[in-house]
Amino acid sequence: MQFFFEVLIGGLLSGVMYSLVALGFVLIFKASGVFNFAQGAMVYFAALSVVGCMEKGAPLWLALILAFGIMTLLGIATEKFVLRKMVNQPPIALFMATIGLSFFIDGFAPLLWGNEVRPLDIGLVDEPIPWILDSYNIVVSKFDLVAAGLALALVALLALFFQYTRVGRALRAVADDHQAALSIGIPLQHIWALVWAVAGFVALVAGMLWGSRNGVQFALTFTALKALPVLILGGFTSVPGAIVGGLIIGASEKLAEIYIPPVLAGWFGGNFGGIEGWFPYVMALLFLLVRPEGLFGEKHIDRV
Amino acid sequence: MARQIGDVILDLRNISLSFGGVKALTDISFDVREHEIRAIIGPNGAGKSSMLNVINGVYHPQQGEIIFQGAHRKDMNTHEAAAAGFARTFQNIALFKGMSVLDNLMTGRNLKMRCNFLQHALWWGAAKREELAHRRKVEEVIDFLEIEHIRKTPVGRLPYGLQKRVELGRALAAEPSMLLLDEPMAGMNVEEKQDMCRFILDVNDQFGTTIVLIEHDMGVVMDISDRVVVLDYGKKIGDGVPDEVKNNPEVIAAYLGTQH
Amino acid sequence: MIYRETGQFKTSYAADQQIFPIRQDRVGIGILLAVAFLVVPAVAGNYWFNAILIPFLIFSLAALGLNILTGYAGQLSLGSAAFMAVGAYAAYNFQVRVEGMPVLLSFVLAGLTAAGVGILFGLPSLRIKGFYLAVATLAAQFFIVWCLTKFPYLSNNSSSGVISVPGVEILGFKFDTPASRYLLVLSIVVALALLAKNMVRSSTGRAWMAVRDMDVAAEVIGIRLMRTKLLAFAVSSFYCGVAGALYAFCYLGSVEPDGFSLDLSFKILFMIIVGGVGSIMGSFLGAAFILLLPIFLDISLPALAGLLGLPFDGATVSHIQLMVFGALIMFFLIVEPHGLARLWQIGKEKLRLWPFPH
Repeated sequence: MQFFFEVLIGGLLSGVMYSLVALGFVLIFKASGVFNFAQGAMVYFAALSVVGCMEKGAPLWLALILAFGIMTLLGIATEKFVLRKMVNQPPIALFMATIGLSFFIDGFAPLLWGNEVRPLDIGLVDEPIPWILDSYNIVVSKFDLVAAGLALALVALLALFFQYTRVGRALRAVADDHQAALSIGIPLQHIWALVWAVAGFVALVAGMLWGSRNGVQFALTFTALKALPVLILGGFTSVPGAIVGGLIIGASEKLAEIYIPPVLAGWFGGNFGGIEGWFPYVMALLFLLVRPEGLFGEKHIDRV
Repeated sequence: MARQIGDVILDLRNISLSFGGVKALTDISFDVREHEIRAIIGPNGAGKSSMLNVINGVYHPQQGEIIFQGAHRKDMNTHEAAAAGFARTFQNIALFKGMSVLDNLMTGRNLKMRCNFLQHALWWGAAKREELAHRRKVEEVIDFLEIEHIRKTPVGRLPYGLQKRVELGRALAAEPSMLLLDEPMAGMNVEEKQDMCRFILDVNDQFGTTIVLIEHDMGVVMDISDRVVVLDYGKKIGDGVPDEVKNNPEVIAAYLGTQH
Repeated sequence: MIYRETGQFKTSYAADQQIFPIRQDRVGIGILLAVAFLVVPAVAGNYWFNAILIPFLIFSLAALGLNILTGYAGQLSLGSAAFMAVGAYAAYNFQVRVEGMPVLLSFVLAGLTAAGVGILFGLPSLRIKGFYLAVATLAAQFFIVWCLTKFPYLSNNSSSGVISVPGVEILGFKFDTPASRYLLVLSIVVALALLAKNMVRSSTGRAWMAVRDMDVAAEVIGIRLMRTKLLAFAVSSFYCGVAGALYAFCYLGSVEPDGFSLDLSFKILFMIIVGGVGSIMGSFLGAAFILLLPIFLDISLPALAGLLGLPFDGATVSHIQLMVFGALIMFFLIVEPHGLARLWQIGKEKLRLWPFPH
């Protein structure tokens, strides 16, 4: 039972990381209706930029600011050279364009900063928290806990930003109805660029955490792909959905990884590890059959 | 006119439809007789399109009964409706934008085609004969609607008025026994409207097709329809021949405004 | 000969509904096929067969499969490589496990197996569309590759799922030279392309396109969405499956599950975007483009760097490749969403009018 909880907690905490990536998707989807496949590549790019700047001698805080600047530039460039030119195309074409964008970033980032795997030290150690280990005999990583706290703080910050700032209001207006927002004089294109910058910021935070845990490497983009099933579970437009979806995916894939392979090995013999590679996707797929709009998404009625 | 209005072929009784908490239709009953032109009118949001959607099975009403071909049923489904000879046009044109006019019309006859995909893949014998036979039928419709010159044009490139006509063509290609038209003349200029009126009357006259149509142009509606049903806020407020409806005080208050 | 349809009057609907209604096109395609079947085998060297022509044909077939699903039926899939894997492994198993199984029959069975798996993973398309479906197809991608790696039965107990296929032999004739394998692949691909063209120009194809363009209207016409979508999944997966079998039997000879990665799926998707979504010919153009581009970059980039005196290594080439792929996809989606096939068509239309502007 103890072991179960340990796996569960570990899974939940790593699920927070998925939530972070998913959050970036949700922001962009809400504001511009674009399903940004490149969010994972952005996480990689952001982490690489931080490491790159630090290698050039910048302290962590400066590297973070510089990386944020780079992500903002990327957002503006994407809006200017890609999105703006595709306004009248169907969403699926925009989606495919972001696949192209992710390839572009995947090539551009290492070209700029080099492609070797590098550690990223942000002053957090991945070790069990002593008092929990002592009193409950459960390993809970300090790193994971801080990461989770940081993620929650980020969500709170975003909520405040959306709720109480002028720009936030404009963003919500755009998310609700592009045309209407445009007609009352909200500069749609600035807002889109801004939202990409915010998504870049979220990617930066996610990249920092993932990077300092697993090293900054190309594999980050694949890990970030797991945010897709998270979105399906949580609904494409819901911030709480991204959080809850991330937790569910994180916990379930870790539990599946621990408990399913022995069963399969019992039936067929052999080694069945690596289930976490597909489990979230299959779970999302099955979930879609039951509830296509996600846990928190809005039900869509076709009008004809 | 040569046509003879026949018996009731579609009878809707006490239809109620809601989306979530929003009531779109409340307790609506009316019938449609064979060979007639039946108009549904009412202000925007009155539930006219929802009514058509109930008739051909896109929406499923929560309450009520539909009596069609003698069978009492709770709702229709789209496939059954199409198989029974219902064809339809939409308020916001719902053509297949990536396909040519010809292909759109051919698709209208899809249900009448019997060959399977393997026969199609081989393009041999029956499949080829079938395709050509249907092409001939479609050409008749093209001829009827006078759209020969655009047959190979992708519909996305056509102007609005022509798209409307092509959509009517797609519905006609199915050789329907009942035609449901959702604002066939919306957004058209006077000449295009006249053309469309002529097509509708010709269809009704030559093929005896029963027509249920939604239209905002009262001049047209009162002119061409045999009976009119009036909806307002999802409720029926009037039903009868044009003259009756025109003089119904409730209809005047809700929709017509001044008396014509 | 001037490219004109003037004077070519059609006196029957049959004549109007040919695949190539214009005489010059018919002549052109005839010449192209003659060159492919007769001239190329005589003049091309082994490098051309092994590195360019055979993979080109196989990927054209896979792209064609994806194009049926995505381009015609409008269902985006990110799992084409997985269906190729199903085809490759199914063909292998039929060959290894069934005594005296004819190779061509095992290809067909491989396609059918892939079609079955395709239907299974196409089921969600009945309730979801667009990028929801794309994410769902990722499940197929990861799950299938995992299964092939982990279940030893599927790879006849070879380690980590690597399979080495037996040689191809039909009616006693051994396809052991590159030229003979090229001809085999060419024949299969041409035949399947013709079948695909026939399907998309008949009511099967119209039903697919109707579902793609406006599914509610399609339903109202009486098209059954479920049957139409699942048929698209089945046919598409059949094509990808056969492509996978050819990939193993006529191209690589030995494959592993990880070879059918998400990256390969993306490559196939890129082929149809660049070549032309919803075009049979586009599948071929796209496959050629996407396959030749890296070869071109491999040759030209180091030369260019040498010319400019810049330092250069292999990793840089692969990074630039990624960037060029990404940029190209965005470029095509922005500038010509219907890809090379559309450009080709525009060119022909211009030619038809030449030398007058209208």
